[in-house]
Amino acid sequence: MSKPIVATTSLAGCFGCHMSLLDIDERILELFQLVEFNKSPIDDIKTFTKQCDIGLIEGGCCNSENIHVLKDFRKNCKIIVSVGECAIMGGLPALRNGIPVKECLAEAYLDGPTVGNNTEGILPNNEELPMILDRVYPCHEVVKVDYHLPGCPPRADLIWEALVALVTGNELKLPYEVVKFD
Amino acid sequence: MSEKIKFTIDGKQCLAKKGQNVLDAALENGVYIPFLCHVKGVKQAGSCRICNVKVAGRTMTACTTPVAPGMEVENDIPELHDLRLAIIEALFVEGNHFCPSCEKSGNCELQALAYRYQMMVPRFPYSFPQKEIDASNSKILIDRNRCVLCKRCIRSFQDDQGRNLFAFKSRGHKVEINIDKECAVNLSDELAQEIMDVCPVGALIRKEKGFNEPIGTRKYDKKPIGSEITSVV
Repeated sequence: MSKPIVATTSLAGCFGCHMSLLDIDERILELFQLVEFNKSPIDDIKTFTKQCDIGLIEGGCCNSENIHVLKDFRKNCKIIVSVGECAIMGGLPALRNGIPVKECLAEAYLDGPTVGNNTEGILPNNEELPMILDRVYPCHEVVKVDYHLPGCPPRADLIWEALVALVTGNELKLPYEVVKFD
Repeated sequence: MSEKIKFTIDGKQCLAKKGQNVLDAALENGVYIPFLCHVKGVKQAGSCRICNVKVAGRTMTACTTPVAPGMEVENDIPELHDLRLAIIEALFVEGNHFCPSCEKSGNCELQALAYRYQMMVPRFPYSFPQKEIDASNSKILIDRNRCVLCKRCIRSFQDDQGRNLFAFKSRGHKVEINIDKECAVNLSDELAQEIMDVCPVGALIRKEKGFNEPIGTRKYDKKPIGSEITSVV
């Protein structure tokens, strides 16, 4: 039987959740025995080369590219897991929710104390750049998400236990200490 | 000696003093009923609804219901478990509860209840409301993003003339907690700490004293809320 295939990505996140995945330490060897990775920063595969079983999503959706990638994951993965507070509730980037995008861009590129010599008052507008969304969206408000792993980042043990439970089909029994929101 | 009233919670025989509410009586009898707005010794508000129990098929708040002789209270049942979790989830989406940046994280009762009930994600959509922060007081910061409108602070703190330190302003979805600028002009550090401790969330924060305890040593890092009364099954 072939191994289950896992894909991972970071949308509007800080890669902290990926770092937490690496915090499983030597169990990573065991993980590679259990699963095969496809599109993921772990193996640097940039695009889906086959249908995957599990998609781990870090970060929420703050721009059009995030939406595109998330929908691509939904299409290519049987199970989607929101990993971390940003994927679940927007997290730190969602602090801008409620502030008009125009004001956010003005603060970042025109009026902010660290703005350099943008004398012409240009806002980034190249068509190559993804469009900023009106607010940051939790992943499950964009596509159907099957499971959620809270934490900032989720404890390595939580990611590990959840992955193993998904792959083996065993019941997930989580100790109190591993489900935390910070 | 006043006579004790006999009643049961989930079949367990309990005793209450005359006039005592179900919540206080339960805690004294070693039964944990979860709550957010209740403060022992302070007039009940019944505002958070988390202490909902069932009596004779009807749902009522344990903190505002006096014990009656022979009362049969249902507490630890799946229906109430889901109702309480739904209320906790509603509180999370109604405010802006970004735990990783909150000074109260680890000591927050709302967060602790979410841990106890293993909330992975709220079932309701996030509302991302716009709330004002009031940092004008020299000792207390009011972050309304995190306020759950439980009225604990309003009910708990009066000055020497009996004037409330805190009060609600506006109505409906605009209601917000405010500090009386004149009454609260010279708060001591001890009182500021007491105010922060009474607030079940991180809406009232003592200034210049944040993130004091390392992760792993905070109140609810290792032990669920209420575990000193009833452990999580």
